[in-house]
Amino acid sequence: MSTTTYERKWKTVESGVRNYKDSLHPVIKKNYGKWKYHERPRPGVLKHVGESGDEIFTVRAGTHRQVTVDTVRFLCDLADKYADGYLRFTVRNNVEFMTPKWANVEPLIKELESNGHPVGGTGNSISAVAHTQGWIHCDIPATDASGVNKSMMDSLFEDFVKEEMPNRVRLSTSCCEINCGGQADLAVIVQHTRPPRINHEILGSICEMPKAVARCPVAAIRPTVVNGKASLMVVEEKCVVCGACFGACPAMEINHPEHSKLAIWVGGKHSNSRTKPTNMKLVAHGLPNNPPHWPEVNKVVKKILMTYKSDAKDWERMGEWIDRIGWKKFFEKTELPFDRWMIDSYRHARVSLNKSAHVRF
Amino acid sequence: MSDKKFLNPTPILDQLEKGPWPSFVKGFKEYAEKSKKPILRGLIDQLEYSYKTKTGYWKGGTVGVVGYGSGVISRFSMVADKIPEAREFHTVRVQPTPGFHYNTKELRKLCDAWEEHGSGIMTMHGQTGNLQFVGITEKEVQPFFDKVNEQGWDLGGAGAATRTGNSCVGPARCEMACYDTLETMFQVMGHYVDQIHRPEYPYKMKFKFSGCPNDCNNSIQRSDIATIGIWKDKIAIDQAEVKNYIQKLSKDYLVNHVAMKCPTKAIEFKGDSMIIDDSNCVRCMHCLNVMTKALSIGKQRGVTLLMGGKGHLKVGNMLGSMVVPFFKMETQEDLDNYIKLLDRIINWWADSALDHERIGETIERVGMQEFLEAAGLQPSLDMVSHPRDNPFFKAEY
Repeated sequence: MSTTTYERKWKTVESGVRNYKDSLHPVIKKNYGKWKYHERPRPGVLKHVGESGDEIFTVRAGTHRQVTVDTVRFLCDLADKYADGYLRFTVRNNVEFMTPKWANVEPLIKELESNGHPVGGTGNSISAVAHTQGWIHCDIPATDASGVNKSMMDSLFEDFVKEEMPNRVRLSTSCCEINCGGQADLAVIVQHTRPPRINHEILGSICEMPKAVARCPVAAIRPTVVNGKASLMVVEEKCVVCGACFGACPAMEINHPEHSKLAIWVGGKHSNSRTKPTNMKLVAHGLPNNPPHWPEVNKVVKKILMTYKSDAKDWERMGEWIDRIGWKKFFEKTELPFDRWMIDSYRHARVSLNKSAHVRF
Repeated sequence: MSDKKFLNPTPILDQLEKGPWPSFVKGFKEYAEKSKKPILRGLIDQLEYSYKTKTGYWKGGTVGVVGYGSGVISRFSMVADKIPEAREFHTVRVQPTPGFHYNTKELRKLCDAWEEHGSGIMTMHGQTGNLQFVGITEKEVQPFFDKVNEQGWDLGGAGAATRTGNSCVGPARCEMACYDTLETMFQVMGHYVDQIHRPEYPYKMKFKFSGCPNDCNNSIQRSDIATIGIWKDKIAIDQAEVKNYIQKLSKDYLVNHVAMKCPTKAIEFKGDSMIIDDSNCVRCMHCLNVMTKALSIGKQRGVTLLMGGKGHLKVGNMLGSMVVPFFKMETQEDLDNYIKLLDRIINWWADSALDHERIGETIERVGMQEFLEAAGLQPSLDMVSHPRDNPFFKAEY
C-alpha cells in the first residue's frame, strides 16, 4: 500500500450492512408489512395495494448487470424523474422503479425502452439470466458470462417482454463447474472434458500442495517428484474433470479453448410452490465454447424453451412439465440425444435410477 | 477515423453491441471513450483477447484494506506484457442494502467515488448479493474504501468467512412476506460483521433471507443458512374475491390449476366458495400465487430454518433441509433468540468441520443426530421426508 502518497484521515467504522431505512420510498415506508395484494397490469409492471388503500406501481426493466457509473446515473435520473428518487434491483439484475402515480408508468416505460432497457421479466416470462463474472474478472473461467447472457437474452428477448410462458422461467450461466450462476429452470455451464495439464516447473513454488490434494472430490491427486522437484500428479482414470484443483492451484490448468465445452441443465426449481425445490439435470453436453454468440448453445436453449412453451400446462415449471411427460418424452420432443454420461455415477447415484417397473412405450 | 478514438479496435466484442438486450460492451465502450480511463481500455483489450483465444487471463493475489482480511478480490493480469493498462484489476465487494433498495442520492455518491478511484464498472449485483466495484489498482483501494465507508457502506465477505447476506424485497413491497427480511438481514449480518471481515471458518458461510416459501432469492439452493418466512395458522380466504376469480378465470380453471395442483389436495371448491384444509396445507404458496386477491398468508407468522444448501463441490449439489420448522419472529427478543441459535449452530460447525467443508457436508458426515444434539434442537418429523429405511443404528440400552 502506498502510504507515502495517501494519508488516511478516516477511521474505519465496521458498520456492516448499510442502514436501509432512508432507501425506502415514503409509500413503501407507510405500508411496510401491510400490503394486501398485488396484480400485474401488463408485462413488466406490478401493482401492489396496501391495507390502507395506497397503491404502488413497480416497473421492472432489464440491465446489462456489468454496468458503468453512467448507466447507474441514468437509472438514477429516471428514478428522480418518475419514482421520487428511489430504485431497487432484483436478484436477477433487473432494475425496479416504484411510483404511486399510474400516470408515471407509461412515460417511464417509454424512456427505459428508448434507452435500451427492455421492460418485462415479471410473472410467466423468461426473466434475466443469473450469471457470473467470466473473462471480465474471474480467475478460473473457461468461458465468458456477460457475452453468453447477452447472446442468450437477444434470442429470448420476446419472452422477456411478454408473459406467455407456462410459468416463470429462471436461467443461469456459469463459467466453470463450481456453478456460481446457480440452479435454474435452464442453465448453461462449462463442462471440462479432460484432466488438468500440470506445470511441474512452477507447481511446487506457487501451490500449497496439501490444499490442492484435499480439494479433489475423488482423491485423484497425489504427490510426486518430477525432474527432482516436488509436484503433484493426477490419476487420470479417477479424475472427474471438475476443475476444483485449479482453484487451489493455478499450475493445474483445467481450462482449454477446445476441450472446455458447454453443457445444458434443466429442471432446477428454487420455489416451494406445488412441488419441492429441485436440482437441475444434465440434458446436453459437448457443445462448443464459441464466442461471441455461442450459436450452437443458443440453438439448443431455444429449442428446449420453445418446446416447454408449447407443451407445458399453465403453472408448470420446466421440471414439473418433465415430471409429467417423463424424461423420455422430453428428449424426444427436444430432439436431444441421451447418452451414457447422463446416467449419474457419482455419490448417491442410485437415487436417480428407476427403481420400479414403470416405463413409457 | 480510428486514430481519433481512445479505444483500440475490438472486432469480436463489437458483435455484442447489436441485438435488443442491453449490451455491456456498448456500455463499457461509451464510458471509456468519455472517461478516457486507461484501466478500462486495458480491460476491454484483454476481454477482446480472451474472446479471441477463448482463455481467461486473471490470477489472484492478496490485496485488502487496513484491518480487514476479506472483501477485496485481487486480480493481476497474466498478459500484462501485452496489455499493461489492466495489469491490476481488483474488485471491491460492498454489502448492499437489504432487498437492494437504494436512494439515488447515496447511489450517485457511490458512483462519484468509484469514478474517481476505479474503472467505473459496477456489477449490480454479484451472485451472493454484493454490490461489486470491478477494476481498481491496489493503491486506490484504501482511499476508495475510506470514502465509501464514510458514506455508511462496508465491505462484503470473501474466502472462508461469513459472506454478504441477501434478502428478498420483503415487507417493503410484498404481501407474502411472513417476517421482516430486511431488518433480520440487517441485524444478523451486523452480528457477524467480525466474521465477514476476518475469515476464520473452515469454509464459507452464506445467509439468505426469503419472506415466504416462494423463496425468491434461492435460499434453499444457494445458502448455508436459509431463513424462510412461514405462517402457522390458516390461509385467510376472501370468499367474495373467490367469486370474482370464478367469474374471471372459470371454475374449471381454478379446479384444474389451483385445486389439482395443490400438493396435498387440501383445496376444494364448493359452489362459489373455496375450502382449504389448513391442517394438511404444506405452505407451498401455489394457491396464494394464483389468487393473490382472494387469499393471504396467516397471522401467526415466523420463520422456518433450512440448512446445508450449496453447489457441487465436493459431495454434489445439496439443497438445504429443514432444521427448525417454526421459529416465532415478531419481536426483537425473537430475533435475539434466533441469533443465539445461529451462534450455537455456527460455533459447532466452526469446531467440527474439516477444511473446506460447508455446514451441510459436515452434517452429512457426522449425522443429523449429532448435529441436533450440538445445536440443542429436538428431532421432529418435519426434518425428514420419511423415517429411516435401514436398521443400522444403536439406540440407548
